[in-house]
Amino acid sequence: MTSSNRRPIYMDYAATTPMDPRVAKKMMQFLTPDGEFGNPASRSHAYGWTAETAVEEARKQVAALVNANPKEIIWTSGATESDNLAIKGVAHFYGGKNSKKGKHIITSKIEHKAVLDTCRQLEREGYEVTYLDPEPTGLIDLDKLEAAMRDDTILVSIMHVNNELGVIQNIAAIGELTRARGIVFHVDAAQSAGKVDIDLSSMKVDLMSFSAHKIYGPKGMGALYVRRKPRIRLEAQTHGGGHERGMRSGTLATHQIVGMGEAFRIAKEDMAKDQTHAAALRDRLYDGVKDLEEVYVNGDMAQSVPNIFNISFNYVEGESLIMSLKDLAVSSGSACTSASLEPSYVLRALGRNDELAHSSIRFSIGRFTTEEDIDNAITHVRAAIEKLRALSPLWDMYKEGIDLSQVKWAAH
Amino acid sequence: MAYSDKVLDHYENPRNVGTLEKDDPSVGTGMVGAPACGDVMRLQIKVSDDGIIEEARFKTYGCGSAIASSSLLTEWVKGKTLEEAGQIKNTDLAEELALPPVKIHCSVLAEDAIKAAIEDFRGKADNEKANDANTADGSGKAA
Amino acid sequence: MSVYLDYNATTPLDRRVLDSMMPFLCEQFGNASSGHQSGRIARAATDVAREQVAALVNAHPSQVIFTSGGTEANNLALKGCAARLTPGHIILSGVEHSSVRSPANVLKKYGWRLDEIGVDADGRLAIENLRAIFSGISADRAKILAVMLANNETGIVYDIAPIAALARDFGALLLVDAVQAAGKIPVDFTHSGAQLMSLSAHKIYGPKGVGALIVDKAVDMEPMLQGGGQEKARRAGTENVAAIVGFGKAAELALSELSTRHAQTQTLHHYLEARLRSELPQVCIFGQQAARLPNTSFFALPGLDGETLLMSLDRAGLAVSSGSACGTGDVEPSHVLLAMGVSPEHARGAIRVSLGKESRRDEIDSFIDCLKQQVHVLQRFAAVAYA
Repeated sequence: MTSSNRRPIYMDYAATTPMDPRVAKKMMQFLTPDGEFGNPASRSHAYGWTAETAVEEARKQVAALVNANPKEIIWTSGATESDNLAIKGVAHFYGGKNSKKGKHIITSKIEHKAVLDTCRQLEREGYEVTYLDPEPTGLIDLDKLEAAMRDDTILVSIMHVNNELGVIQNIAAIGELTRARGIVFHVDAAQSAGKVDIDLSSMKVDLMSFSAHKIYGPKGMGALYVRRKPRIRLEAQTHGGGHERGMRSGTLATHQIVGMGEAFRIAKEDMAKDQTHAAALRDRLYDGVKDLEEVYVNGDMAQSVPNIFNISFNYVEGESLIMSLKDLAVSSGSACTSASLEPSYVLRALGRNDELAHSSIRFSIGRFTTEEDIDNAITHVRAAIEKLRALSPLWDMYKEGIDLSQVKWAAH
Repeated sequence: MAYSDKVLDHYENPRNVGTLEKDDPSVGTGMVGAPACGDVMRLQIKVSDDGIIEEARFKTYGCGSAIASSSLLTEWVKGKTLEEAGQIKNTDLAEELALPPVKIHCSVLAEDAIKAAIEDFRGKADNEKANDANTADGSGKAA
Repeated sequence: MSVYLDYNATTPLDRRVLDSMMPFLCEQFGNASSGHQSGRIARAATDVAREQVAALVNAHPSQVIFTSGGTEANNLALKGCAARLTPGHIILSGVEHSSVRSPANVLKKYGWRLDEIGVDADGRLAIENLRAIFSGISADRAKILAVMLANNETGIVYDIAPIAALARDFGALLLVDAVQAAGKIPVDFTHSGAQLMSLSAHKIYGPKGVGALIVDKAVDMEPMLQGGGQEKARRAGTENVAAIVGFGKAAELALSELSTRHAQTQTLHHYLEARLRSELPQVCIFGQQAARLPNTSFFALPGLDGETLLMSLDRAGLAVSSGSACGTGDVEPSHVLLAMGVSPEHARGAIRVSLGKESRRDEIDSFIDCLKQQVHVLQRFAAVAYA
């Protein structure tokens, strides 16, 4: 992970994290042939019971991080599945054929694709979705949210921490608005669990999606919190043996679940330390690059998690920037969209112009990032920006005092 | 995105980066693309009296493939006549650089750039001729 | 003593599979959708796994969609296809796994009709019954047929060729659940006549939490999970790289060792059933006249309660099951046996022994000895109770 083995400096923790060695160690007990390999659903022998006990212990650990009841935790294959299950599950249950309530859903334009694409799917099924514009800071204006609520609104889905910007939405306040109107409130917490305090006993959140691989746990593992009081009902999306109280069938992957449990246990223990560490490194990084001209921070640093830091370097194109930062593993926008030529939809929703959206870099810092990593990153970034600006006709024009917005471009 | 070795080479060591005096009558400038699309190329050629491209310079805002396409193009056009340079096809650039399908537009942009530069140069030359002619018949009217 | 004879429920991870996964659990942790180096390494590894899984069932790598397991694969197949069709008929064999039966039942809500193909007392599919069902459905109605390649409880293997031929004649899509068959007998997707096939890693010494749906490119299918566009937009969600790599390795090993594993388990299987028949002559082995997997015996001993027997066997360190391991923990008699016409009382006493590549002859000896002893004890109790 460090530059000593000549691998790129990893600063893409928001895309995925390495597993904490403690998590890997715990998982091994359920992976090796001489370990506990039983199917937790096997009721007739100790192999099954041992696996089931481990699964329930992990459920407690996940619940503990967010102050929930373990019975409110449903295992899934990841946050994408959790988002799909929460949104479609609520829509189909409360907005289905026999429902009197309605078919209106509110979300925002900067949600993760797992939420946006699911909402698009529901639109095809006849639901109506309002996509709120964020403020230029990335925050959702509560008055605008409230204004969008209607009598037939069944669900509000707003993410806790944005994966590209790191901005933290005020989910406690949103919960007050939704609860008062009997609207189900879903929160994608894939990027916030272990980064921000979450207390589901006081926050009026009804459904919350979690991912293991964003907090040093295994990939392919997630969970959905489903509130019991007041009880939230869902229509299952995966049917079969009736696992997870009928809400999500499929053999439970014991080792993955145990890994997620351990990751959440560690997160509870180390959250304060992790975030202090990230804040110091983020500040160091920003100090190291902010004197380059035309640098813009995307989002609102004061209302963001310190582990995600998104900046744009004007007059430099994003993909070539990534290319010249080959010794840094960073991302421009989210991992899912980086293969396409589109600028980040999140930055566009903030009102950033295309050039700045194109030249954005998301640095995401983690538990294993060092000061040396940051210093090396600063050196690489400065060199890359200087090189690319020397190559950039736009930089020349800016330096000549030409207003680029007044230039007529031959769009192609 | 995996890049070919040739793209990487041009990206790491771009050839003929720079600027020529755009008001020089022997210089043609082509500026194509748009910042909103993620790439802008500025290609300049300096043409000798007998119509041979003596110098080529570029600056490109764009991805590695766009930078490589313009860098390669400057190498190719040097020493060519305007006619020959105008016949360079984007497919030749794409093939030489082994561009993946999603990056073909970079080579298209480079082809557009050289065409625009040639056009700019010819426009200047025509103006000059017209100016010369105007001067000759004494009307002195600017074009 | 600890003897595991429940390989159809799940298998231990092969050491070589674990070794293949280790780099991706620790050092190579990249997101396979990230553009940078660590992402590309992950992507390359999942590409290899896709080839390995495809090879196990003679499919093309582009036909493989990785899922979170066999249950999701079956759900995706049925619901994904149904979503793109005008509701018509879903036809199932009477012995399908709950991950096929359950989504099929849900689709009834959306206007789909459900038909079941009966099986005979030996568990064999009544092919004429299927023809009759097809003939009764008008030609323009959409038809989805699901038949498993091998049953998880009885181990009965279904001859897919004539079923596929009928499906083709009547224009039905065919889903073959090959979760239990793969790795135990040869499986050939390309020549099966099926358009869809589901697989699971943890039944072939791979990790839990990963499976695959093999899909013919011509099949129009709606994704069940929307999101980042992974798996060519057919299954969203960050790729479970380590598990996918493990699945690939497990598939590679299953293919290269297929005949040895087959021969080895078959020998033990014959030995197990020979001892059962000779030493417990009252034993009734379900589906014994039908073609079966070389590892599965599902049987009952008349007059003995299965739950009690399983409990005593477990206390003696013998892990077997009463059938399918599902999530609800209910003790309903096996629907597979009921479909075969077995009485509920008889079905309730059923015990499934499923062997694996780690099984040994002495484990079967322990099992038979223990079983005989328990039967003896339980019969004495029964005799006392009746006296």
